[in-house]
Amino acid sequence: MGISLAAIGAGLAAIGAGLGIGKIGSSAMEGIARQPEAASKIQTAMLIAAAFIEAVALFAVVVSMIS
Amino acid sequence: MKYRPFLISKKYFLTAFLAFFCLFGAVMAQDVHASHEGESAHIESVSKEHGEEKFNITEFIFHHIGDSHVFHFWGEGEHWKGLYLPIILYTHNGLVTFSSKAFELNDDGSKVVEVKGMRFVQAHGKIYYANEEAEHGSYVSHEKNKKGKDVITNERPLDFSITKNVFSVFFSVALLLVIFISVANAYKKREGKAPKGFQSLIEPIILFVRDDIARPNLGYKYERFMPYLLTVFFFIWINNMLGLVPFFPGGANVTGNIATTLVLAMFTMILINFNGNKYYWGHIFNPPVPWWLKPLMIPVEMISIISRPFALMIRLFANITAGHILVLSLLCLIFIFNSLAVAPASIFFAVFIGAIELLVAFIQAFIFTILSALFIGMAVEEHAADHH
Repeated sequence: MGISLAAIGAGLAAIGAGLGIGKIGSSAMEGIARQPEAASKIQTAMLIAAAFIEAVALFAVVVSMIS
Repeated sequence: MKYRPFLISKKYFLTAFLAFFCLFGAVMAQDVHASHEGESAHIESVSKEHGEEKFNITEFIFHHIGDSHVFHFWGEGEHWKGLYLPIILYTHNGLVTFSSKAFELNDDGSKVVEVKGMRFVQAHGKIYYANEEAEHGSYVSHEKNKKGKDVITNERPLDFSITKNVFSVFFSVALLLVIFISVANAYKKREGKAPKGFQSLIEPIILFVRDDIARPNLGYKYERFMPYLLTVFFFIWINNMLGLVPFFPGGANVTGNIATTLVLAMFTMILINFNGNKYYWGHIFNPPVPWWLKPLMIPVEMISIISRPFALMIRLFANITAGHILVLSLLCLIFIFNSLAVAPASIFFAVFIGAIELLVAFIQAFIFTILSALFIGMAVEEHAADHH
């Protein structure tokens, strides 16, 4: 029971992170399409933002791994 | 060639410094992995067709990502080939050292080793003081804790052993020293000339760290922090990459070990707070908000001192651990379905994830370094920070 609940928790965290990172990715694509010369700057900013979102999802993964 | 001086003078000093702290990391790591061990006991194991052989996937995976007192090459049972690493214990009677060969690969607490009048057993990769009497052939006593997990209640000596992870840290530090001393010497020898050979591989990466990580975040003060940023970047990267190599010198889960990442995050925290100027501290103790919000904001700002390195620690640990678990789980699918037909799909996905992990190895080193630079940059910023 505990294991399946933890798996559901990890799955929910993955949904949230997927939505968040998808949004960042799509916005970055749009930005790069509008301004291809700023691509490298946008990529860096995109990675940082993605890392922050990912961290939240990974907290959930760690919590579900421990419990 | 602006970056040449610190390459020669501070680079390997810092690397050695890092390695020293990671030693403590590996000691603590064994406690962290302790929490996983009991868990695996009550997860349903998948039985093979023969019925008598059981395959426990959780135990298998946590055994592979955990630390160990031996470095396994290949083979099982009597064909076992591997490296027995030294065990260094600080016990009630002082320092004790012996080879892990004495345990004869026993990992369930049934083989007692007597040194200096003290008796030790190994259970789930950890060393315990042995009981006087064996129960069910094992010299450790078990107890169920509040959550119903099986925990070993025996006392433990302080373990400073050269474990698999510590060995890998030494190996990667040696590798970094060889690479960077040779590159630094090449700069000395070929001053003013175009880079050649290995130099040409390393120079763009160092320039990348300088121009894309340090300068945009640290401004004109970037030079002071370049040694740290380069050290942490290459240390994380090379350990991530070695973790992906499935055989001998690689294969240990160094950056997927929370104690190692804790130490790395601690360095960043120390650098942030020791370099923080009056604006940084002013922002924490006197944030630019209406007076009635201050009692709320000051604790929040103080928590952020801890929470940022904490997030750095969890991010690196969880990313690398998750990658290792994913590859191992995909390979375990073959044994779960117990059929050869699953193998091609399983191996295809494992190789696919392996390729992604190669990318993640770089991205995580990059993210750790750039966030460190970002946080340090926020602490050393000259004007009053009013952008958040």
